[in-house]
Amino acid sequence: MDVELMLKVYPFFLKAAWVTIQLSVLTTILGLICGSLGAAARLSRLRILRIVGAAYVSFIRGTPALIQLFILYFGGPQVGIQLDAFEAGVIGLGVNIGAYMTETIRGAIIAIDKGQAEAARTLGMSRYQSMRYVILPQAARLMIRPLGVNINALIKGTALVAAISVIELTYTAQRYIGSTYKPFEMFFISGVLYMIIIYVTGRGIAWLDRRARIV
Amino acid sequence: MGLDFSVIPKYLDVVMMGAVWTVAITVAAALLSFFGGIVFAVIALYAPKFVRLPFRAFEWLFMGTPLLLQLFLIYFGLVQIGIDLPAFVAGVIGLGLHFAVYNSELIQTAILAVDKGQMEAARTLGLSRGQALKKVVVPQAVRDVIPPIGNNMIALLKDSALVSVIGVSELTLSAQLAIGRTYRPFEFYVLAAVFYYIINLGMEAVLRRIERKVQAAR
Repeated sequence: MDVELMLKVYPFFLKAAWVTIQLSVLTTILGLICGSLGAAARLSRLRILRIVGAAYVSFIRGTPALIQLFILYFGGPQVGIQLDAFEAGVIGLGVNIGAYMTETIRGAIIAIDKGQAEAARTLGMSRYQSMRYVILPQAARLMIRPLGVNINALIKGTALVAAISVIELTYTAQRYIGSTYKPFEMFFISGVLYMIIIYVTGRGIAWLDRRARIV
Repeated sequence: MGLDFSVIPKYLDVVMMGAVWTVAITVAAALLSFFGGIVFAVIALYAPKFVRLPFRAFEWLFMGTPLLLQLFLIYFGLVQIGIDLPAFVAGVIGLGLHFAVYNSELIQTAILAVDKGQMEAARTLGLSRGQALKKVVVPQAVRDVIPPIGNNMIALLKDSALVSVIGVSELTLSAQLAIGRTYRPFEFYVLAAVFYYIINLGMEAVLRRIERKVQAAR
C-alpha cells in the first residue's frame, strides 16, 4: 500500500464524504416524506389513491434506481425539468427509497393488532383519532429498525449519483483510481469512510430503537 | 425539445440486444451469488479461525461499501495485478460476489436454525462432518431461505444496470448508445425502464415457480 499517496489525497476524500453525508440526510428526509405519503395512499379508503400508491411502489421497485436517475437528470430537460446533478440526485434517490419506505411503513401499520383500531373506534374516536393516538404511536416503534435497513441501503445507494458526476465519495474514488492507477488504496480510503458513516448511522438507529421500546 | 417516441423503432433492436445481455449477466451473476453464498456461509461458520476471521472482514467490507465502488475496484484492481478481464466477466464477478455475501448472511442464519439433531443423526449414521453438511444440513437450510434469496436476485437484476459504468453493453449502455445517436434521453431511458420492468415481472414469475416447487418438495 502506498501510504504516502493516501496521506496526500485523503483530504479530498473527506470533502467528498461530506457531500455523501449531505446527500444521505436530504435523501432520507425526502424518502420519509414520500414513504409516509405512499403508505397513506396505499391504506386509504379511496380506491384511486390505493391504485396510485401501488403503481408508485411497483414501478419504482421494478426498475433500476440508476435508470430513474438518468430519466430525471438527462430526460428531465425535455419535459421542462431543469435540475443540477446534486438536486437530481437527491430527488431521484429520495423518490426511489420512498417506495421502499412506503412498504416498510405500511407493513408496520398493518402489523398492529386490528383489535386496537376497533377498541379505539368503540371508545368513540374518529378514524383519524384512532390512527393518530392509537395505531401510529405503536407502529412508529415497529418501523424504526426496518427503516434503518432502508437508510443503510440508501447510504450505499448514494454512490449512484457518481454516474451523473456529483463529486461524492465514489466519484472521487473513481477519479483518483483513473489518475493514480492505485485502485486498492483509493478503495480503502473511500471504503473506510463509507463504513464510518454507516456504522455511526446504525448506532444512532439502534439507540432510537432502544429508547422507543416500551418495556 | 419535447418528446418524440417515433425515434424508438429504429433503435429497438439495439436496445433489445442490450436486454438480452442484461438477462445473461443477471442469470450468470445470480448463479454465482447462489453457489458462492453457500460456500461463503460454510466458510464463515466452519472454517478454521485463521481463515474465518479474515473472511469475516472481507464480508464486512463488502456489506459496508457501495456496489459501484466494488465494481470499480474489481475492474481496475484486477488490471493492476495483471489480470485483464473482459468487462462482462468483471461485471459478473462483481455482481456475483456482492450478492453472494448477502446470500451468505441469509444462509448462515438458516444453517444455525437447522435442528442440531439433524447433524447428530447424520454423524451417527456414519457420515463425515463434510458429508453431513453437504447432504443433510445445507440443503435444508437453503430450502428455508429461497424466498429472501429470491428478493436478493430481484435486487441483483436492478443493480445489473451499474455494470454499464464499466462498459458492459447491457440494457442501460445500449440505451445510452441510442441516445448518443438521437439525443433523446427521456424516450430511451423510459424504454429501458419498460424493458427492466418486463424482465422483472418475468423473473418474479420464475421465482414464484421455484418457491412453489421447493415448498412441494418438503
